[in-house]
Amino acid sequence: MINFVDLWVYLSGSPLLWLTATLIAYLAADAISAACGRNPLANPVLIAVTFVSIVVVATGTPFPGYFAGAQFVHFLLGPATVALAVPLVRHLPQVRRALVPMLVALIAGSMTAIACAVWLARAFGLDRAAMLALAPKSATAAIAMGIAEKMGGDPALTAVLTILTGITGAIIVTPLMDALRLRNYAARGFAAGLTSHGIGTARAFQVDPLAGTFAGIALGLNGLLTALLVPLLLPWLLN
Amino acid sequence: MLAAITALLVCQLTGEAVVRSLDLPFPGPVVGMILLFALMLARAPLPAALGNTADGLLQHLSLLFVPAGVGVVQHLELLSGAGLRLVAVVVLTTLITLAVTALVFAGLARLLRADDLAPAKPETQEPS
Repeated sequence: MINFVDLWVYLSGSPLLWLTATLIAYLAADAISAACGRNPLANPVLIAVTFVSIVVVATGTPFPGYFAGAQFVHFLLGPATVALAVPLVRHLPQVRRALVPMLVALIAGSMTAIACAVWLARAFGLDRAAMLALAPKSATAAIAMGIAEKMGGDPALTAVLTILTGITGAIIVTPLMDALRLRNYAARGFAAGLTSHGIGTARAFQVDPLAGTFAGIALGLNGLLTALLVPLLLPWLLN
Repeated sequence: MLAAITALLVCQLTGEAVVRSLDLPFPGPVVGMILLFALMLARAPLPAALGNTADGLLQHLSLLFVPAGVGVVQHLELLSGAGLRLVAVVVLTTLITLAVTALVFAGLARLLRADDLAPAKPETQEPS
């Protein structure tokens, strides 16, 4: 007879188990999202994370043990970011034509994200540490964590808030844009990528390739601009 | 496929090296993207499968955020205490930023008559 305890001890120590579990959870989440007609509430990131977390917590697996397997997926974020250049070149004529609206929206959106986070945090009576962690949260996680750390905030809290911003934006972007009667898919995608970085970009690619392209541009540009703006605006906003 | 992945990694590695040596405040992959963009514009000889490989990666972009998302679940205790207020700030800021960005973009595009790219192509439209 198979000894399931021994088998589990062996498998849970190898990267194979958690890599496979991550892929299966995502495929199931993607199938659910497709079955729901890509309804924004059925967000594949949120569903897959829920599935995996239930298993990880139920089996008492420490996060480093899970990440030993999942790191192979996580690693692909780098090449995927580089790959954003491909749709950018493909849609270059549209991007060129939208250059002015894009750059103005970039500055307006980036400043809104930073200032609103700090002002609302103050209105809700949150402390300085929370404001520092909230300010860069529209930038992609790696940039946001770097900014928070440099400003004296907690990078781990920033990571949590950044991912939360990503999932929130990916869920509300479609109903919000429909409510605003905005049919410009370049504008919709650009807003999703600027506000909700990679997770918003993933949602935009799900809806429309042009929206995805503009989301990818916004993700890159807002990452750069947030890194420049937060150190400039924060002393003034915190004052 | 292998050549295309290698090309992506070479761009990322170069980006990483540039960021480290110049002490730039953004991640290597973003510089790698700019580099690949420049190479494509300059019509540098790139692997034929690059387009398909990039599409494959970007089609499943959501998958790549699952490990980080699971990491966040492990750190949810950071949200205890001020948690509800932090979540409220995140949701409201996200809503306002999305609206401001999209309205400025679409408004200016209409003003400058740059919005004839607006409607999604019928063959690519999906219920959303």
